[in-house]
Amino acid sequence: MIKVQTEDFDIGVETARLTDGNNSVGGLACFVGLVRDIAGDDSIETMTLEHYPGMTERQLEKIEAEARERWNLLDTLIIHRYGTLAPGDRIVMVAATSEHRQDALESCHFLIDWLKTKAPFWKLEATSHGKHWVEARAEDRISEERWVIGGQNPE
Amino acid sequence: MQLLYFGWVRIKMGKDRENMDLPDGVANVRDLIEALRDRGAEYEEALNDISMVRVAVNQELTDLDAAVANDDEIALFPPMTGG
Repeated sequence: MIKVQTEDFDIGVETARLTDGNNSVGGLACFVGLVRDIAGDDSIETMTLEHYPGMTERQLEKIEAEARERWNLLDTLIIHRYGTLAPGDRIVMVAATSEHRQDALESCHFLIDWLKTKAPFWKLEATSHGKHWVEARAEDRISEERWVIGGQNPE
Repeated sequence: MQLLYFGWVRIKMGKDRENMDLPDGVANVRDLIEALRDRGAEYEEALNDISMVRVAVNQELTDLDAAVANDDEIALFPPMTGG
């Protein structure tokens, strides 16, 4: 399931929804991304996430479908917030359930790695020294590419 | 065609979208960006470093060689920073 929303989410509620009533689930893996209070030497006051409505949902659905093709998963969830957030706020949650831990753990790692570079979001940080756009990190591109199979990297 | 701008491309353009007829001689995204850069200082400022501009045609991520047509939705934006 894909959710793109401004409002916060409850990790407990969301993970329970993935597992309750399904006793074939042997494991659930979850990653939650939060707004940090420091970027370099600056303290962050707010982070505003902008996205491309329509394309965002399409990209997230593609990433989710890719995960379900590669791993043996029972269910998946991607929640991504947009709008203005403060340090400590949750930004993103990815979760996967499977019969065995490896599928859930690896797919969760994959989901967040591909989200970083393939989901059309842009982050504007307001700091004590003014506003600046968060730049794409070379490390994120490397993390994306380690999941590419046989040179195939569907956009 | 409809053009959409996001991130610092949007800020430098001073607008988030506009409608435009496909300029003469434009066949692909690279041609389009070159044509836009001639339209004014804000376009030149937003698009002068083509290596930093990413593009989607009809909400599909693509590259500078992608064909463009008059009924397309074309988005120009910086590298994405999701997650």
